[in-house]
Amino acid sequence: MCLAIPAKVISVDGSNAMVSIEDVEYKASLLMLDDVRPGDFVMLHAGFAIEKVDPEEAAETLRLLNEIADSSPDSLIL
Amino acid sequence: MNPREDKILMSHGNGGRMMHDLIGHLFLKHFGNKILEEQTDAAILPVDTPEVAFTTDSFVIDPLFFPGGNIGKLAVCGTVNDLAVSGAEPRYISVSFILEEGFSMQELEVIVKSLAEEARHAKVTIVTGDTKVVNRGKCDKLFINTAGIGMVRKKDQMVGKARNIHPGDVIIINGTIGDHGMAVMNARESFNFKSPVISDCASLNHMIREILDRSSGVKFMRDPTRGGVATVLNELAAKIGHGIEINEQALPISKGVSAMCEILGFDTLHIANEGKVIVVASEQESKLILEIMRNHPLGKQSAVIAHIVSDHPGRVVLKTGTGGKRIIDSLTGDPLPRIC
Amino acid sequence: MRYVDEYRNRELILALSEEVKKISKKEITLMEVCGGHTMAIHRFGLHSLLPSNIRLLSGPGCPVCVSSQHFLDTAIAYSKISGAIITTYGDLIRVPGSVSSLEKEKAKGADIRILYSVLEALEIAKNNPGRPVFFPGIGFETTAPATAAAIVQAKKENIVNFFVLSAHKIMPPVMKALVDEGVKINGFIAPGHVSAITGTAIYNELAAGYGLGVVVTGFEPVDMMQAILMLVRQIESGTPKVEIQYRRIVHPEGNRIAQALLIEVFNHKDDRWRGLGIIRESGLKIRKNFAGFDAEVKYPVSVPEPPDPKGCICGLILRGLKKPGDCRLFATTCTPSDPVGACMVSGEGTCATYYKYRR
Repeated sequence: MCLAIPAKVISVDGSNAMVSIEDVEYKASLLMLDDVRPGDFVMLHAGFAIEKVDPEEAAETLRLLNEIADSSPDSLIL
Repeated sequence: MNPREDKILMSHGNGGRMMHDLIGHLFLKHFGNKILEEQTDAAILPVDTPEVAFTTDSFVIDPLFFPGGNIGKLAVCGTVNDLAVSGAEPRYISVSFILEEGFSMQELEVIVKSLAEEARHAKVTIVTGDTKVVNRGKCDKLFINTAGIGMVRKKDQMVGKARNIHPGDVIIINGTIGDHGMAVMNARESFNFKSPVISDCASLNHMIREILDRSSGVKFMRDPTRGGVATVLNELAAKIGHGIEINEQALPISKGVSAMCEILGFDTLHIANEGKVIVVASEQESKLILEIMRNHPLGKQSAVIAHIVSDHPGRVVLKTGTGGKRIIDSLTGDPLPRIC
Repeated sequence: MRYVDEYRNRELILALSEEVKKISKKEITLMEVCGGHTMAIHRFGLHSLLPSNIRLLSGPGCPVCVSSQHFLDTAIAYSKISGAIITTYGDLIRVPGSVSSLEKEKAKGADIRILYSVLEALEIAKNNPGRPVFFPGIGFETTAPATAAAIVQAKKENIVNFFVLSAHKIMPPVMKALVDEGVKINGFIAPGHVSAITGTAIYNELAAGYGLGVVVTGFEPVDMMQAILMLVRQIESGTPKVEIQYRRIVHPEGNRIAQALLIEVFNHKDDRWRGLGIIRESGLKIRKNFAGFDAEVKYPVSVPEPPDPKGCICGLILRGLKKPGDCRLFATTCTPSDPVGACMVSGEGTCATYYKYRR
């Protein structure tokens, strides 16, 4: 529970932010977050930004995953 | 247009002077052609095939105006496309208006102009019509009914009937799915999304004519309107008694529609289209058909999206990008935004 | 889409699947308690990527599924109040109450509007002074803060015609209740967005006290496969603990602002979970100082407790004790277009998911 999507912050205006997902724009509420800046990514759920996406953690997760993928013999067969 | 009337009144529908003025100053002005100008009770029309195709559709869409079109344009496209996917060349249409008392004359003129323009584009003639006005509250602003007659050659008659379809045959669509439904939803609801999605509303008869002229391999055509691609494919699978497997990665979907569906939790396969046609053909014939479609402005993103298979007869299954499979049913209720 | 597509990468999914197959020896059962996870497993066909010794069980994580019929009946009763406007998330529209649904009431003329954000309800209230605007609030800790924020905002702006009927619930008590009842699982695939709000301390007792692995998981197929791998590693090495797979969103301390909103507006109450009965301290009730926005206080209605529909085993399914196929109503009397129990109505309910993906 659940349906949330990463959205890019375009501009911040008080307790709202214009966010975009691909080329769709929405005025999301920032009532649950502080310190949000243009360029940040947030999870959009039911009209609210509920958390920021941490780009370093995201990169680290992918790095770990790619390690597993590289060590898996089958990954080359795909 | 008579500048005194800026709203539709009951008198505009009563058969008298005001209705006459409305017809003359609005409908004839924009639809004008020799047949219509005769203003007879019935139009006498020449036909050039032994059999004709005949269809009708009513348009009650809300909102009347949406990105990419309005109810007027839709009223022509809908009927033209029904004829075209049945193998006919659309020739004549009738247009009936039911207007709510108080409806804006200015909005009506915009709609009538769009209707006329689309008819010109589709090369169909508006040969007869009707106008009624109902009391305020008895209809939602404006309802339009169009009926259409098309000439149908013997060789094209089987196209709506889904005969001779076998496992191995392919299913082609002429472009991105879900555009119309999402454009209308965006215009109607107050969800406050700003999206560049525009309706794909378009008359497909010229493209379809080219396909039928140059290829004899079309086994079936249908336009996936309400209920989306999923509903049409389910109806087809049930009719032919074979299975259909959709390749998720092959589905043409615009970024905006994809994003809106992810945000709201919709399945693009269930969203309405108004400028799309599904074509079923043998694998061999499909190459030529794809070439014809891709060379046409309304078919630039044509793609093979599914195959007829012998597995799961009567059922439509989607092969996902991650290798899994899931059953695709017809649309049950209207897609609704979810939190969960 | 950024931060989505990378986590749908087929090669990564398959590599994780290989790794799981390599190290998973024991017969284990993993439970996910979030409708989004149920959907993801089926939508991306993850069952076929796991070895047969791993069993996935769906728990009661769909807020629509666990909302009592009484709640729906109350919302329907509100829709009949003269001038009332019901504003609701789309999820609730087709959920059957004991005799009707919001959709059916809409067809009969009730003013029922679907919204994407609860803040739209505030706008509707402002634009319709004098008409009571009701918001049936469903959702767990991911969504309840939005309702809390709306109530706080309504107070700030002196909006007097906005009322919330709270059916909000919280996760930890039901997860514990299931284990206490004896449902046999080795680990939890814990809800990623709930945890983004709550933080992870809420799961410590499950790991330490019950020896269950808990991995806080994202919703893309790569997330789920990685989480399953993490759980398998824990279980195979006998080291159950609380871990975060969904690190790009979830921090151990959670979202403090959202937590503060929840505490400010709600306190806990014993609550009825459809099919599971009363679970202590598992529901969110609006505090007295916000009573002006509490629909149950301002518009008390008496609605009879409905009996459970005959043959419906949603309760057993929600506990993971039975599968949809075990229910004699499944896909016969109870279908997505004509649902009997909420497990079928909600798009992410276990039965609806099975119907869509595994019939």
